[in-house]
Amino acid sequence: MAILGSGAVYSRLTEVDADGNVTAGLAESWEASPDAAVWTFQLRKGVEFHNGKPFTAEDVIASIDHHRGEDSKSPIKQIVDPILTMEAPDPHTVVITLDGGNADFAFLLFDYHLCMMPSDAIGQGIGTGGYMVDSFEPGVRAVAKRNPNYFKGDSRAHFDSIELINMVDPAARSNALLSGGVDFIAQADLKTLKRLSAAPGVVINEQPGTKHFMFQMITTQDPFTDNHVREALKYAVDRQSILDKVLVGHGQIGNDQPIGPANRYHDPNLAQRPYDPDKARFHLKKAGMEDLSVDLATSDGAFVGAVDMAVLFRESAAPAGINVEVDRVPGDGYWSDIWRKRAFCASYSSGRATEDWILSSSYLSGVPWNATQWGNEAFDKLLVAARTELDDAKRREMYGEMQRLISQDGGVIAPIFTNHVEAHNEKLAHDDVGTVMEMDSGLLIERWWFS
Amino acid sequence: MTPAVKLILQRLLLGLVTLIVVSMVIFAAVEFLPGDLAEATLGQEATEETVAAIRRELGLDRPPVERYFVWLGNILQGDLGVSYANGRAITEIMGTRAQNTLFLAAMVAVIAVPIAVGLGIVAALYRNSFVDRFINLISLSAISIPEFLIAYLLIVTLSRSGLFPSFVVIDATTTLGTRIYQSILPALALTFVVSAHMMRMTRASIINVLSSAYVEMAHIKGAPRPKVIMAHALPNALAPIINVIAINLAWLVVGVVVVEVIFVYPGLGQLMVDSVAKRDIPVVQACSLFFASVYILLNLAADIGATLSNPRLRHAT
Repeated sequence: MAILGSGAVYSRLTEVDADGNVTAGLAESWEASPDAAVWTFQLRKGVEFHNGKPFTAEDVIASIDHHRGEDSKSPIKQIVDPILTMEAPDPHTVVITLDGGNADFAFLLFDYHLCMMPSDAIGQGIGTGGYMVDSFEPGVRAVAKRNPNYFKGDSRAHFDSIELINMVDPAARSNALLSGGVDFIAQADLKTLKRLSAAPGVVINEQPGTKHFMFQMITTQDPFTDNHVREALKYAVDRQSILDKVLVGHGQIGNDQPIGPANRYHDPNLAQRPYDPDKARFHLKKAGMEDLSVDLATSDGAFVGAVDMAVLFRESAAPAGINVEVDRVPGDGYWSDIWRKRAFCASYSSGRATEDWILSSSYLSGVPWNATQWGNEAFDKLLVAARTELDDAKRREMYGEMQRLISQDGGVIAPIFTNHVEAHNEKLAHDDVGTVMEMDSGLLIERWWFS
Repeated sequence: MTPAVKLILQRLLLGLVTLIVVSMVIFAAVEFLPGDLAEATLGQEATEETVAAIRRELGLDRPPVERYFVWLGNILQGDLGVSYANGRAITEIMGTRAQNTLFLAAMVAVIAVPIAVGLGIVAALYRNSFVDRFINLISLSAISIPEFLIAYLLIVTLSRSGLFPSFVVIDATTTLGTRIYQSILPALALTFVVSAHMMRMTRASIINVLSSAYVEMAHIKGAPRPKVIMAHALPNALAPIINVIAINLAWLVVGVVVVEVIFVYPGLGQLMVDSVAKRDIPVVQACSLFFASVYILLNLAADIGATLSNPRLRHAT
């Protein structure tokens, strides 16, 4: 029900529109120092929280501080850790100083955890958003009604009231939509989507996502230390067949790097690696091998479909002289016992809204989430330089180069990105849909309306 | 002390011991899961700092035996702990959920018990006749169809047509009428499953008693067949019938997970499934313990009911 918090009840300092541009939220405008390390935000005036408290700079500082500190268990520790100081020279200005430059900082503030709350009532369901919480039972249901005092006026938040119901079972969601009990369902069941979309009045909303499935090779362990072995394995994957069978076609083909079509700086010009058993054999020879046998640890506890993906890989790799031994392991404890421990295993990443975020957390040499222990000096230098580059065209070029480096040298085989697949009835209407996260970048409740 | 009272006291004590053993098993089972709770909660997103922060907060750095006794001590004082997922008191979360599940179970019991016992008696009365065969055919079919299929059949037939909702939305403010209307489909699905068991058992025990010497005597005396069944056979067949009803009711509370998930019924089964998915271990532990208690209590009730229905134990001095 993060959607209720992020898109409806709370607002953030910035927003990201359907084209991926950062736009004004509770901050009207902002300015970065030339090294992108000091950010000054001008806050919107005259905004009130649901409890009547005026929104000011102290609320911004308290809301961000909520995720900081030594005992922080926040999943966005990575975003807030670089913050050195936060100052409020006047009630409607916030100056945030980072320990290094980050050209994406305004974009990162759109993360759904960074919602603005009143400094004296953190985490109590009080925000500045278009809807006010009526009732909330975690894991069951939430009801909210429109905030008459919304700072965006009548231009947004078009429903009089909204009700969110938690339905774990995919079939239950489909049934609820078909029987007219609900107007919209998230995460539609891919296996029965054809039937669902054939029903009268049902509309499918499908957007590319950043989540991707992977096989990860630890590049400091044999035989994966040799890039020819890694290349051979990458050429031995039939991506199309994995996309068709694991996601029933609802995704995008990946190119062994984590920046997908949903990302701003995705490089469509990076040549797509095809399924080519002959090339795979060629690289094996280069590595001094006639054939190769590798153990691949996998479990549906890693992600749903991981075992299928491994078996498909085994089938496509065989013609290249590569024997993939699929080792099915328990899902319990997968992330502590298998991931980062076994030399070759299935894994996934939800992806991240910005290129820097995912690359800095999982591909920079030596960081803890660099599960393949890949290290590449040229890449590391580019990454740090791109972080402070404010010229958009230059940045695009730099991220393109980084994608090429990971794809050609990295330790991940990333065959597919998943789509966000949702379904709704014809009563709902909307503009262009955002792709930062599911449900119109989480702003569905605020942006959509009844036609 | 009559033998009945003595037996009941023995049973109560045994129930308590069982419950303590179960609490140990639940705690140990969670303890033996690969990875510790902090890692399980954070999954792939775990960093050393966040894992350490969670361990500190939950006291996971202390030895397991100590934690078990703290946990047990808190439970005995009525404190089930706090959910990891939302920080709310588990007693509070489970309270409404348990009420909902018990409401559903009661609704099923009200529908199923009279139907099942009635049909069982009729089947025994007209044993091997067409009626008996027909009732058996229906009940055997109902037992054989898995409950999720029954649930989906009900949705396709009764929900798509707009008669009843395919999912349940109830809270504390819902009126009884709405509650019953909304819960009809899950209740029907469950009725199918439990009625068949209860009916088969009723029929079997009555037939069993019918072949005994005192029933034969009653026949020889010239008593009419319905009277033989109602006055002589049924009271003596009660013990196994009570047993099977109790076990089925226990199943209703414990085993409705699938039906609750399909109908999005906000009961304990769904809470447990959600909590397992979220690795909300304290809630899983609390639910397991609650389920175990229900099972033990209903079995206890069945034992006591059977004891009391046994004339020899009831009348001895």
